[in-house]
Amino acid sequence: MSAPSGGGASRDGYGAALLEMVGDDRVVVLEADLGKSTKSCMFRAEKPSHTVSLGIAEQNMMLVAAGMSTSGYIPFASTFAIFSERGFEQVRNGIARPNIVVHLCGSHGGIHTGTDGSSAQSIEDLAIYRTLPNMTVMHPCDDISAKALTLALRHHERPSYMRTARNKVSRAYTEESAAQLRIGKGHIHRTGDDVAIIACGVLLNEALDAAESLSQQGIEATVVDMHTIKPLDTELIVDLAKRCGAIVTAEDHSIIGGLGGAVAECIVSEYPVPVERIGVQDRFGESGGSDELLEMLHMKANDISKAAQRAISRR
Amino acid sequence: MAERGMGLDIAELEMMAKRCRRNIVRMVYGIGAGHPGGSLSAIDMLTGLYGHRLRVDTNDSTWGNRDRFIMSKGHASPGVYSILHERGFLTESDLWTYRKLGGSCQGHVDMKWCPGVDFSAGSLGMGLSFGIGCALAATLDDSDRTAWVMLGDGELQEGQIWEGVMAAVHHEIGNLNVIVDRNGIQNDDFCESQMRMFDVAEKFAAFGWAVMEIDGHDMQQVVNAIDWADQVIDGPACIVMHTIKGKGVSYMENNPKFHGAAPNEEQFNLAMEELS
Ligand SMILES: Cc1ncc(C[n+]2csc(CCOP(=O)(O)OP(=O)(O)O)c2C)c(N)n1
Ligand SMILES: [Mg+2]
Repeated sequence: MSAPSGGGASRDGYGAALLEMVGDDRVVVLEADLGKSTKSCMFRAEKPSHTVSLGIAEQNMMLVAAGMSTSGYIPFASTFAIFSERGFEQVRNGIARPNIVVHLCGSHGGIHTGTDGSSAQSIEDLAIYRTLPNMTVMHPCDDISAKALTLALRHHERPSYMRTARNKVSRAYTEESAAQLRIGKGHIHRTGDDVAIIACGVLLNEALDAAESLSQQGIEATVVDMHTIKPLDTELIVDLAKRCGAIVTAEDHSIIGGLGGAVAECIVSEYPVPVERIGVQDRFGESGGSDELLEMLHMKANDISKAAQRAISRR
Repeated sequence: MAERGMGLDIAELEMMAKRCRRNIVRMVYGIGAGHPGGSLSAIDMLTGLYGHRLRVDTNDSTWGNRDRFIMSKGHASPGVYSILHERGFLTESDLWTYRKLGGSCQGHVDMKWCPGVDFSAGSLGMGLSFGIGCALAATLDDSDRTAWVMLGDGELQEGQIWEGVMAAVHHEIGNLNVIVDRNGIQNDDFCESQMRMFDVAEKFAAFGWAVMEIDGHDMQQVVNAIDWADQVIDGPACIVMHTIKGKGVSYMENNPKFHGAAPNEEQFNLAMEELS
């Protein structure tokens, strides 16, 4: 296993990006009593004047952010991914429908969040936010890419939802490679013609490990970090389908409706090839260590390798 | 037919609360995570409820006519598990499954995993509505069973709480009682800096609830308040208990850091000394 000590958590990247925006007086940060967890506390410490505490009241936060946005501010509002869902209808009707630029960040997403248990583990956020017209939906894998993508949001003219994760994972990016990241464009980490593994978030590392072990068996995989789930990089996906003829998706999310769902939708209508989805199999999580849970739910590198072989054999 | 409470006097209840405090700190220290602060502020009331009042059947945790206890601030799960152990729903070794894979003691109280838990919580603001449903069903059933809901003071910031507060009065739900753990602290900091709550008792009273304020660490007051709430039958009753978050462990008391953090080894040993 790659040691997480040298790694970073995507939520830290979010905090670092907010901190870098303190010089822009249009940027405002909204919190719902989870600033220490989402890392918006880093901005608060530097610029309390532009940080709004709204207490444990997520629904209220959504429309406060929308109101500030229409008055010329760029709001970054955060809570846990799961508790953002408490304000889903507020986001739908009050933000996405009028296309108001509010940047929502949901931290502690996925079962990777661990011992807090199923009530805290959002495994449906990417799916539900993706259904909203006008929304951009992202899920970066590490702190460096999360920072780059958060900074890019300052100039993004649509509402967005970004999921970040609680725990550190090995970094897949350097400052230089992260500088190439563009919202809506998948990032290729490894190239091979036998199978394409399209991953996001904390499962990108597992996908890279899977590609290594597949290579030892003579199977060469392309690995893509699909940090943006919407708008989806369909051009790249169709390209991969044509080149590899078999696709595996991997995400810390339900296999229903998230990255796997989005890729499958694209593939069935554009260029049908076998698709295998790695993710949470239509069940809730439970308390446990992150790695223990990944193992129990069949979301580790070896599960991705097996899925790759299944996809290839179905070709 | 199960009895009310466990037939314990005030001194025995106080002893039980102390044993619970030790187990709360042990659970959180054992896994290196969890929520000691709001468990320690709530534990005297939990002891009063289970030791003095609630009618439950440890041989049949799903007995339909049991009183319902709804821990809406589900992160205070070590408090609930420690009292469920005292009451006989959990063995001591069950407690050490706290936050572990496959354990009955999940990170947040969960009715699917733990016998004696009536509500799966963890997302704040939901328990009062659930309690109203339980109480309305009891009335339809012509049953004398009751519903008791514990809320955090930070939790009161959720809009859904006030939807429930209105509904309980509108429907004159006399078999429903709420306890607010007024410890003055939430996740990031003191309520005073996150979202000021002002006079909580006044707020409930303004909505039409019967309200009593007590010192939530005085067992005699706790027991009296429970008996008082039981007598309020023409509408919902609210006990606002003034408490100290982290009560019983010096360095945790009134310290926002121990909302959701475990003690280190040295701190753990000190806590065990203080709670001996
Ligand atoms: C809907 C929702 N938003 C946010 C959280 C995260 N959270 C967990 S505990 C907590 C603070 C709770 O404070 P309070 O209700 O006062 O509880 P206590 O002080 O008794 O521990 C927060 C914000 C949550 N569990 N649910
Ligand atoms: Mg509190």
